[in-house]
Amino acid sequence: MTAVSEVELSRRGLLAGSAATAIVVAAPASDAAPLPQAPAPTSLPVSFEVNGKRRELSLDPRTTLLDALREHLQLTGTKKGCDHGQCGACTVMVDGVRINSCLTLAVMHQGDKITTIEGLGTPDKLHPMQAAFIKHDGYQCGYCTPGQICSAVAVLDEIKRGVPSHVQDDLTAKPRATNVEMRERMSGNICRCGAYSNIADAMADVAGENA
Amino acid sequence: MKAFTYERAKDAGAAARAVAGRPGAKFIAGGTNLLDLMKIEVETPTHLVDVQDLGFDTIVKTADGGLRIGALVTNTNLAADARVRRDYGVLTRAIVAGASGQLRNKASTAGNLLQRTRCPYFYDTNMACNKRRPGSGCAAIGGYSRQLGVIGVSTSCIATFPGDMAVAMRVLDAVVETVDATGARRAIPIADFHRLWGDRPDLDTVLKPGELITAVTLPRPIGGKHFYEKVRDRASYAYALVSVAAVIQPDGTGRVAFGGVAPRPWRVEAADALLPQGAAAVTARAFRGATPTEDNGFKLPLATRALASVIAQAKA
Repeated sequence: MTAVSEVELSRRGLLAGSAATAIVVAAPASDAAPLPQAPAPTSLPVSFEVNGKRRELSLDPRTTLLDALREHLQLTGTKKGCDHGQCGACTVMVDGVRINSCLTLAVMHQGDKITTIEGLGTPDKLHPMQAAFIKHDGYQCGYCTPGQICSAVAVLDEIKRGVPSHVQDDLTAKPRATNVEMRERMSGNICRCGAYSNIADAMADVAGENA
Repeated sequence: MKAFTYERAKDAGAAARAVAGRPGAKFIAGGTNLLDLMKIEVETPTHLVDVQDLGFDTIVKTADGGLRIGALVTNTNLAADARVRRDYGVLTRAIVAGASGQLRNKASTAGNLLQRTRCPYFYDTNMACNKRRPGSGCAAIGGYSRQLGVIGVSTSCIATFPGDMAVAMRVLDAVVETVDATGARRAIPIADFHRLWGDRPDLDTVLKPGELITAVTLPRPIGGKHFYEKVRDRASYAYALVSVAAVIQPDGTGRVAFGGVAPRPWRVEAADALLPQGAAAVTARAFRGATPTEDNGFKLPLATRALASVIAQAKA
C-alpha cells in the first residue's frame, strides 16, 4: 500500500509539473485565439428506436451513437475499432442507410430508427448475410464482423437502389453486384485478418449473382 | 472531447444568429469531420448548432437550367441524382472517388466544402501548426510533406484542401449560396470560396462567423465528356496525391482542375485554353510558380500524366 501511495504521489507531482510547463508553452497562443471556457457538461434527453424498440436516454451531448449503443444500451455487438471513421467496425444502419456510429452524436438522432447487428438476426434465426458469412468463413477473429455484416447488407441494398460507385464505367447504368463492385463499396470496412475474399463470396451468395 | 452545449435550430436565421452571437459556437451537419477533430481536441467548440432540420436537403432545377443543391444533401444522394449523373458526371465521379460508403451517407454538401486539411501536423497537437494554433509555426515545412501542397501555399502553411467534390464543382463553376445572422445573402463563386493560406492559414474559407451555407448551384450543363482521375496510395478510400477533374469537348477544348495540390481546388483558366496542345502545356501553365518540396515534387509530373490519361480517354 505504501509503495502504491508513493507512486500516486509522484505521479500527481509529475502531472502538476507537466501542467505548469504546458501553461508556459501555451501562453504565446492565448493572445492569438482566446476561446471562452468550455461549459460544464449537462445531460440532454434523446429517444430513438433501436432494433424496433423505443429507447429513451439522458446523455452528455458528447456521447457518440456508438457509445450510447454499447455503454448505455448494452448492445455490444457493434464494435469500437478506431473510433475515427476509418475502420468501419462501428457500422450500423440509421433510417435504412449505413453510417459510422462513432462519428455521430447520439443526441442528433432524436426519432431515428437504428438497426444494429443484434437487430439483423439472432443465433436461432440468422440473417441470410450472417449465415453466408458462416458458410464462406468470412471472418477469423470476428471483431470487425458485425460492422462487415451491417455494411454488406446495406451495400446490396445500395446496389439494388442504383447508388453509383467509383468502379462503374457507365454512370447512367444500373450497378450489378459484381466482385469488383463489392470490393469497392466495402472499402470502409477494414479486416486485419484479411477475410476479404470470403466476405465478397458471402455477399455474392446473398446477392444471388456469380462474382 | 471538450464539453459543449447543443441545440437543434428550427430555421436558417435562428441557426446563423445562434452561431454568430456566441464565440466558440459551430454549425454541425453530418459531423464526420468535425467530430473526428473534436475527439483529438483540434476542434474545441463550446456550443454546437445542429442544422439537420433546416430543410436544405433537396436538389431542384434553377430558372436558367442548372441545379440548386441543398447544403444538407448527402454525398451519396448528390452522386446518385439522375440529373447529376447524366449532366454533371464529373461531380458524381469525384464524390464516389472520395471517402467510404458509410461516410458519404452522412457527409453533407456544405460540410464537404468545409472539411479541414488532412495535413498530419494539423492533426498532431504536439506539433507546431499555424492553422491549428496561429503563430506556433509550421512543422510540415521541412517535415514529412509527401501529401502536402505544391502551389498556392505559403511560408506559414503548406497544407492542401483534401476534398474531391469541390474539385469537380470548380470545373463546373459552381456558386456557394449563404445567409448570415442579419439575413443577408451572398453568392460566392467556388473559385473564391477557399482562401489561399498567406499569413492566415487558420482561415480556410471566406465565410464570416455565423455565415451559413444554404445551397450550391450549378450553372446549366456544358456537355462534353466528364472525368475524375484520382491518383492515390490505395485503390479506394484514400486521399488524392493528385486528382484531375475535367470536362473535355469533342473539339479537344475544355476545363480542368486539380485536387490534392493546393489550399483550394486548383484551376487556372489560362491553362484550360491550352488543352488542345496536350497535357504538358496545360500543367506547365497551371503549375507555373509551384514551390514543391523534395518529398512532393513528384506531384508535378504526376499531374501531367494523370491529365494525359484523361485526354487519351477523351479521344478514345
